[in-house]
Amino acid sequence: MSSKKKKNLTPTQQQYQQIAKSKEPKRPILLNSIKAFLVGGLICVIGQAIKMGFIHYFEFTEETAGNPTIAVLIFISTLLTSFGVYDYIAQWAGAGTAVPVTGFANTVTSAALEHRTEGFVLGVGGNMFKIAGPVIVFGVFSAFVVAIIKLTIEALGGI
Amino acid sequence: MLQGHQTWVFDSKPVISGCAAVGGPFESNSALADDFDRLNEDLWLGQDSFEKAEKKLMEQACEIAIKKAGTKKEDVQFFLSGDLINQITSSSFTARTLGVPYLGIYGACSSSMEGLALASLLVDSKFAKNALAATSSHNAACEKQYRYPTEYGAQKPPTAQWTVTGSGAALVSQEGEGPRVVCATIGRVVDMGLSDPFNMGGAMAPAAVETITAHIRDMRLELSYYDLIATGDLGRVGHEIAVELLTKHGISVPKDKFTDCGILLYKEDQPVFSGGSGCACAAVTTYGHLVNRMKKGELKKVLIIATGALLSPMSYQQKESIPCVAHAVSLEM
Repeated sequence: MSSKKKKNLTPTQQQYQQIAKSKEPKRPILLNSIKAFLVGGLICVIGQAIKMGFIHYFEFTEETAGNPTIAVLIFISTLLTSFGVYDYIAQWAGAGTAVPVTGFANTVTSAALEHRTEGFVLGVGGNMFKIAGPVIVFGVFSAFVVAIIKLTIEALGGI
Repeated sequence: MLQGHQTWVFDSKPVISGCAAVGGPFESNSALADDFDRLNEDLWLGQDSFEKAEKKLMEQACEIAIKKAGTKKEDVQFFLSGDLINQITSSSFTARTLGVPYLGIYGACSSSMEGLALASLLVDSKFAKNALAATSSHNAACEKQYRYPTEYGAQKPPTAQWTVTGSGAALVSQEGEGPRVVCATIGRVVDMGLSDPFNMGGAMAPAAVETITAHIRDMRLELSYYDLIATGDLGRVGHEIAVELLTKHGISVPKDKFTDCGILLYKEDQPVFSGGSGCACAAVTTYGHLVNRMKKGELKKVLIIATGALLSPMSYQQKESIPCVAHAVSLEM
């Protein structure tokens, strides 16, 4: 908790939070990091294999193989989410399944599934990007800012 | 009759003439599976949404409780109920099905004992012959309401808890066979400034301690008076904190008698993190397991302290801390 927030607490609250903190089982950070590294790495290896498959068997080039590879990974992630297994894998793997594109596919699919009972328009349509939305908003915005900087530097004569 | 600051002593000792615990598929494998009156194999209960499934659970519990008491719903004067779905939907819709005069209550996961205390008050004061108290929770509906979509792959910390899918109902009557409701202590809202929705046990433990302290002060007794003292859904994390706080307050805690419904309910190897939670946690454990043990004669005096975290998705979005409440009800056989 930030120190700013702590200032607003009474002494009793602060005292209690110390007790509560001491009884709280810690997240196994090192173990989680190792698991995330292994699973995240494995997903990347699978991605690389798919990419090489596209180059080798389907006449894609190094540049054009990226998009179909991502599509395949997204498809696999969506399938695993729909079968209800992805969240179990994610509980074990943590950031390993959250950071790659599979995690993004999972956020969209899980929200869509969750709100399916509320109908296609207001349910699925309205809530599909509930968790993924911020990523898209700030992703696009950051790209916009970076592009402006690049254009400005170029207009000033460039580096 | 009021005793002390916040305890109601029921002179007529209203009786729980019938009670029921129903659960979902995950509860079928729980440590207390044998104590459930009905276990549903389907998380959807044949409905087309989890919210409707929760309503169905509550309808089942109410029906079984009334049946076990050997009465009809026409003889039930009042129905008191609360749950976690927006504007206590499951409760109100069950009341629609039952057609019994209805009082909606909300105390989050403390609703079970809040309902039981109020139903006992109605019966004890002769304002009702039979009053039905119920509550329910549904794992998937609750996760959707308070946290993330059920299939979303976020890693939960070890302090997280597992929302019980189930419903518990108790019919409180002036006459009948069963455990008697002796007294009830209504708790104050306690907020220790914690705001982590993945550590409810830690947030609720002080509320449980506050109510237990008030109960033994008002009733002028020791905790060892009871054969079993069970908090609602503190889980392993909250339970440990509660023991430490009580000891700090100079209250001797009989360790073998002090437990938590969230710890009792599930097996060690079930992936429930710190333990069970949700309205149904205290309800199914009390109305199933504990009442069964009382009827067998294994327990004579039991104190149940149902704990509730009074947060909402809105209060969380507004970066508020989690206020908590706990209500204690004493049962004797």
